[in-house]
Amino acid sequence: MTTATLNPPAAAGVDYAITTRDLKLWYAKFQALLGITCNIKKGQITSLIGPSGCGKTTLLRCFNRVNERYGYVTTTGEIKLLGKNIYDPDVSLIELRKSIGMVFQRPNPLPISVYENVVFGLRIHDEQGLKKSDYDDAVEKALTEVGLWNDLKDRLQMKATGLQLEQQQKLCIARLLPLKPEIILMDEPCSALDVGGTRAIEELMFALKGRYTIVIVTHNMAQARRASDECIFMLMGELIEHTLTTEMFVTPKNQKTAEYIEGRYG
Amino acid sequence: MFTETPFIRKKKRNEVIAKCFFGFMAAAMVIPLFLIVGYIVVQGAPAISWEFLTENPRSGGAKGGIWAAIVGTFYIVFFSLAFSAPIGVLAAVYLNEYATENWFTRIVNLAVVNLAGVPSIVHGLFGVGAFVYFANFNDGKKSIIAAALTLAVMTLPVIIASTKEALSAVPRQFREACWNVGATRWQVIWKIVLPNSISGILTGVILQVSRTAGETAPVMLTGVATYKLLDSTGLFLYHPIKDQCMALSMHLYYIATQANNVPKATPFAIATVLIGVVLIVNAAAIAFRVYLRSRKKW
Repeated sequence: MTTATLNPPAAAGVDYAITTRDLKLWYAKFQALLGITCNIKKGQITSLIGPSGCGKTTLLRCFNRVNERYGYVTTTGEIKLLGKNIYDPDVSLIELRKSIGMVFQRPNPLPISVYENVVFGLRIHDEQGLKKSDYDDAVEKALTEVGLWNDLKDRLQMKATGLQLEQQQKLCIARLLPLKPEIILMDEPCSALDVGGTRAIEELMFALKGRYTIVIVTHNMAQARRASDECIFMLMGELIEHTLTTEMFVTPKNQKTAEYIEGRYG
Repeated sequence: MFTETPFIRKKKRNEVIAKCFFGFMAAAMVIPLFLIVGYIVVQGAPAISWEFLTENPRSGGAKGGIWAAIVGTFYIVFFSLAFSAPIGVLAAVYLNEYATENWFTRIVNLAVVNLAGVPSIVHGLFGVGAFVYFANFNDGKKSIIAAALTLAVMTLPVIIASTKEALSAVPRQFREACWNVGATRWQVIWKIVLPNSISGILTGVILQVSRTAGETAPVMLTGVATYKLLDSTGLFLYHPIKDQCMALSMHLYYIATQANNVPKATPFAIATVLIGVVLIVNAAAIAFRVYLRSRKKW
């Protein structure tokens, strides 16, 4: 069994949103990623699975370089987003993070109104002086897209932190949309939600798929199976297997993958 | 089953003893406060009158009022906080929001901790050297500005520490949310961190009001005179750079220990006014803080 079969190389004619080459990452002296090479397809949902501490979240945070805000991080290797190496000196972190949205485990609405949450990104990036009507449109569009508009259209001025968790998480996704991100990174977006909330977020992911590339870290293998097109299995900072989700859960090629998805460890 | 054994009874008895003991200690904490404040107010109240508050001292402080000292205290508190609050808060914002852990921030943090532990008389001596002679605001004489700056240096580390505390109480997830839509650090600070920590920051600053108003040793060396009346003609009651001033703390020390023929109630009356002034300033600030806090919920 060669690594090539476990981790398909970039194929000609396929559009990749994220490609990494031998990506290594250290937190101070601890090496968290041991050389990740992967190609994540554009417009699809790719899930990252693996036991706690395997580096899923670390890898996810590499994609918008937000790792660098969490203390001493050293990174080597290459990360290309939509063909652009994000470690090129001309890359602006502000612009990068604007086009790469991130959703967190715990919904993190800002302690301001629903309306202001949705337009937060627009406001901080507003160069040309958008009008009130532009903001209103953006709010309606984003909330409609995540399915909150009908529930919240009369309560736009309420504090976002007072919403139900499921609504909060949808709002956190809605907050990204006005910035027209290319890629949405999700770090266990459903682990604080109940069954209904989880289903709602998954349905939202399907609705957003195609227009946005979604990468989701999940602890929940059933979720990875239900909700992703491709699946990456990681262990101890290494990429073990990357295949179509349907293949991974039916015919895993690596013994470790097989044992993990059977629930022998994790 | 489920019945009391002697062993359980013994444990329950110990529990009662422990509870009473700790409760007594907590009560003991409160008693001196009421005794001190109560004693001072009871002794001083008869001497407090409108004239006492609004007239200048006469006969070496034995007669007349304490108007000049009240004004001087307000001057010192105001100017001192005008320096220490903005510098302290901005420094804390830098340390908490911008700085990464390195030798520079370690030195700054070390300085903050150690400065807070320096005795006030040492700050006073430093103030004489730095602000009276070196900065030389008033031809080598004491001045209000020198006293205010000395107190500002003294209160800065405490304001920095309390502001840092307030800033780090703002949940990390708010910051993460901002970073991930590409907010700059300044945007995060201005739009999210400061609005949500302002009440905590104010608390730290408020606590320094009473400290500034009460300090005697440093201001005695740098800018407070035992007898300096208000200039009734000028636009300013005192000139902050060209004048020394009186202060309640210093006046209390002088009246209680140095002056002759002072009625017994007078020092207590001054102490009562000093406590009152601090309470009034604190109450105003607390009211402002309550207003700010009422707008914050998460």
